[in-house]
Amino acid sequence: MKEQIFRDSDGDASFRARRLAGRTVIYLLLIAWAIVCLFPIYWTVTTSFKIAPNVMKGALIPWVDYQPAWLGWRSLGLSPDTIGAESTVRSEFLKRFFNSAIAAVASSTIAVILGSLAAYGLSRFSYRFTFMKNADISFFFLSQLILPPVVLALPFLVLYKELALLDTQIGLILLYTLTVLPIVIWIMRDQFESIPTELEEAALVDGLSIWGAFFSVILPIALPGMVAAFILSLVLTWNEYFFAALLTSTHANTLPVMVASQTGSQGINWWAMAALSFAAILPLIVIGVLLERYLIKGMTAGAVK
Amino acid sequence: MSQGDLLHVVTADDISEGRQRFGRGIVWGSAALLAAVAIAQTAQRLGYADLGFETWRPTLHAYILWAICLCWSQVLIRGEHGKRTLFVLPAALFVVSLTVFPLLFGLVIAFSNWNLSSPVGRQFNGLDNVRQMWNDPFYWNALRNMVWYSLAILVEYAIAFGLALLLNAEIRARKFFRVAFLLPLMLSPVAVSWMIGKSMLELRFGPIAGFARFLGWDNPSFFGSPEIARLTIMVLDAWTFIPFMMIMILAGLQAIPKELTEAAKVDGAGPWKTFWEITFPLMLPVSITAILIRIIFKLKLADIVINLTAGGPGGATDTVTSFIFREYRDRSNVGYGTLLAMVYLVIIIIVMTILMKLAERLARPRT
Repeated sequence: MKEQIFRDSDGDASFRARRLAGRTVIYLLLIAWAIVCLFPIYWTVTTSFKIAPNVMKGALIPWVDYQPAWLGWRSLGLSPDTIGAESTVRSEFLKRFFNSAIAAVASSTIAVILGSLAAYGLSRFSYRFTFMKNADISFFFLSQLILPPVVLALPFLVLYKELALLDTQIGLILLYTLTVLPIVIWIMRDQFESIPTELEEAALVDGLSIWGAFFSVILPIALPGMVAAFILSLVLTWNEYFFAALLTSTHANTLPVMVASQTGSQGINWWAMAALSFAAILPLIVIGVLLERYLIKGMTAGAVK
Repeated sequence: MSQGDLLHVVTADDISEGRQRFGRGIVWGSAALLAAVAIAQTAQRLGYADLGFETWRPTLHAYILWAICLCWSQVLIRGEHGKRTLFVLPAALFVVSLTVFPLLFGLVIAFSNWNLSSPVGRQFNGLDNVRQMWNDPFYWNALRNMVWYSLAILVEYAIAFGLALLLNAEIRARKFFRVAFLLPLMLSPVAVSWMIGKSMLELRFGPIAGFARFLGWDNPSFFGSPEIARLTIMVLDAWTFIPFMMIMILAGLQAIPKELTEAAKVDGAGPWKTFWEITFPLMLPVSITAILIRIIFKLKLADIVINLTAGGPGGATDTVTSFIFREYRDRSNVGYGTLLAMVYLVIIIIVMTILMKLAERLARPRT
């Protein structure tokens, strides 16, 4: 063994040790928080495959602590042996699921369309409506964010009753659009403000109309921001519980209302609850994993202003 | 915002007299139709004539027709300028018709005694609701709770900032950690309150309860005493919403030019000093936006409370929203609930205005 001729000075060695310690701390913290974030989801998934004694034991790891069973999913009619058979619970679940999907997707789409148009207009032209100028109109839109849902809830309850919109999809969609519209405008306004106006000027010189320039030049650039706004709206509307609980009863019930109403008469069926909860959160988990980068990109423009 | 269009468009609009007349015609025509339908329906409601309306739907349809005509006429009458208006007008009409009208209507309801299940209908009762509110300890208690809940945001902010710094450091598997940290935001509060609040905190078998026992807390009842119950709700709500603040702060961090921190390093500043002298001041505007938006979301907190504790024990976890929700569920009196909500709105507007003024002063760059 030869003696090492070139070696780090003592100062460098201690620096490397400190750096290593720093790295370790960073990764430990990251892993700890990742567990905090992911463990509840893991718990939900595993609980949906447990049977009563396993739940009571507090079993954690499948195949080691307990033998997975399809009990929870069978109660939803979604296990392999019941998937072919008729199931009232499953049709009920699917109905709620599609109610939620329709309400969330429709309202998010409307909000993104209306909000993007308004945000574009506000970032490009100066308006005057009696005493309101652009800044005031922007503030008017954004101030809707402050409005707590509970203020609107009871008046809407009465109004919808008069308009025969209670317990309908349209009623929910209208309200959801209203609640997410300010967020969309907030994100999209900053998106559009970061796009230089020369682009449209060039398009206008080439003979496009304002709307033509908007659709063919600006919209493709602002698409990531629109996706971010859409995801955020989707998250808020899919999970919305308060209005759904107040304004729907049998026809337009959404999934969160179904999840919330599962207190059985003979205690709680944890496995069924877990299966239902997991089915309710699964679509957004998929969307989150697939489209996460758009969310950060879209918020970047929104946050830096 | 400076006046004058950012986008300069010169167009030669040549709008014929007839087109303008047609534009005005459809607006006033549809407005007249709306007025006629509304008057007819009001007449029926007041008992002057029976015209066979069952609901107020016809008025709604007439209103939608009028709104469409209004948008269309903008283009007809004002040409290119009208097309610009068309960007903002639909959203504005939508918001105005869905907030201003219900709010005005809500003001009427707030001063009346209206039990939806009783056949008597609405009765104006003056300031009775105000008096009732004044003597309602639970409402004041709920408002006090909202202050506690809002104060928890400072802790959430600190955690979110820390997480954003971690994600912004040079790490491997950044994508995995980012997705993992983001996931709680995606979960529905109702499902969260079931799966964490009811199942994982369950006394006998919940893993968190087991962990607490392992740490030496003999009887980990998370909803037993008022303080601990409130803390549990705070933690659950923080868990779902920390990612939201985290993304905003992370986005802000990524926008800070690398040169600045490197220059600080060259000048011999340690990481601690670099953070407080460079990063934190630069992040101040983003932080303030994040905190303000988080406060707004926090003021709407209800789902978890409704599903988990229903305000208990003894109203310790009640939020204003959950309290009004129960008030309506139990007594189906819309009048009193609406008044409480209106008072809440006024308080929120005052507080948010003060906060925004303070934030503006704080965020102004020091010279």
